[in-house]
Amino acid sequence: MAQTRRSLLVDPLVDNNPITLQVLGICSALAVTTSLKVSFVMALAVIFVISFSSMFISMLRHQIPSSIRIIVQMVIIASLVILVDQVLRAYAFEISQTLSVFVGLIITNCIVMGRAEAFAMKNPPVASFLDGMGNGLGYGLILMLVGFVRELFGAGSLFGIPVLPTVSNGGWYVPNGMMLLPPSAFFVIGLLIWAFRTWKPKQVEAREFRIQRVEAH
Amino acid sequence: MEDLLSLALKAIFVENLALSFFLGMCTFLAVSKKISIALGLGISVMVVQTITVPANNLILTYLLAPGALAWAGFPEVDLSFLGLIAYIGVIAAMVQILEMTLDKYFPPLYNALGIFLPLITVNCAILGGSLFMVERDYDFVQSTVYGLSSGFGWALAIVAMAGVREKLKYSDVPDGLQGLGITFISAGLMSLAFMSFSGVKL
Repeated sequence: MAQTRRSLLVDPLVDNNPITLQVLGICSALAVTTSLKVSFVMALAVIFVISFSSMFISMLRHQIPSSIRIIVQMVIIASLVILVDQVLRAYAFEISQTLSVFVGLIITNCIVMGRAEAFAMKNPPVASFLDGMGNGLGYGLILMLVGFVRELFGAGSLFGIPVLPTVSNGGWYVPNGMMLLPPSAFFVIGLLIWAFRTWKPKQVEAREFRIQRVEAH
Repeated sequence: MEDLLSLALKAIFVENLALSFFLGMCTFLAVSKKISIALGLGISVMVVQTITVPANNLILTYLLAPGALAWAGFPEVDLSFLGLIAYIGVIAAMVQILEMTLDKYFPPLYNALGIFLPLITVNCAILGGSLFMVERDYDFVQSTVYGLSSGFGWALAIVAMAGVREKLKYSDVPDGLQGLGITFISAGLMSLAFMSFSGVKL
């Protein structure tokens, strides 16, 4: 096998990150990141679904007829998501209320489908499991980073524990309310992508139009 | 009537699926390079959304909700945990049926929209619309209105985004922000603009 198991797990963290490079699974990355706790639970849920769906799909890959493979994959993914949803409702009801529809939307999270289609259909179960987990971790990493920035500056706390004492509690920090609103998620991810690509210049996209300077006559 | 209108306006502007719930972001970012293509995709989403949200509402009311199977003689059965799998099945089937119907009876429309239809099954705006319908307890009429207007809102957002991106490609963007990065930032600015509707009430 060309890829070692280690690289299966580590590559998607930065070098081939599902969110910043493959542009997959953006929806939930933006929506659930208002607080670190919620992002953490969401990341765990996605890691669970993606690793096990990759593993099961890979186990069944010789049995699945290619004409109906999407439906089969969908059913496997949906069953796992229902499992996660029921567990969250039973043991973490408040968080499952905050996540609302986004647990269900793991089904259509393109990372899960993308890994199933691109990797699990061609590789053995253990490798698929690791690949799924690696991509899940890469997704979780971005989720936590965005959640960290948004909760720290939006509410002055981390995991619900006050870090920057806010003015309303007699401290000095005036919370930036915009950080808790939708637009800031776009900004934070955009800037994060900028940071990643400055660090790894290979990931920079080619320009469609090159701006040329005209010499003054 | 008035509350339906207010529901529609809320779904289009205030709670825009793309810009305030981030649904359908993958396709929103991937297919918004050209206005004409964005328009085609937007219209397909609107059509599918208008069909699937009411269809899922019927399934919920007559098959899945607690006590919904009373008409078949099983008043104590609660199948609501099967919701997710049922909705995604309905969406996949509806998209397939729509594709075949268009192919058979409206070939020009099929040629224009055909390539987008498979993309729509995995568009979370569609599943999200159905899940919001469940969460907010819409009845049949409300869910039809909600489906149509939330689809319209999504279409509006992607067409506007494509318009911005068509101009954006001539601008001098720093290397690291090129492509995806700057698209995120402009989507953020658009979402900020859409937030100004949030005070509007009818």
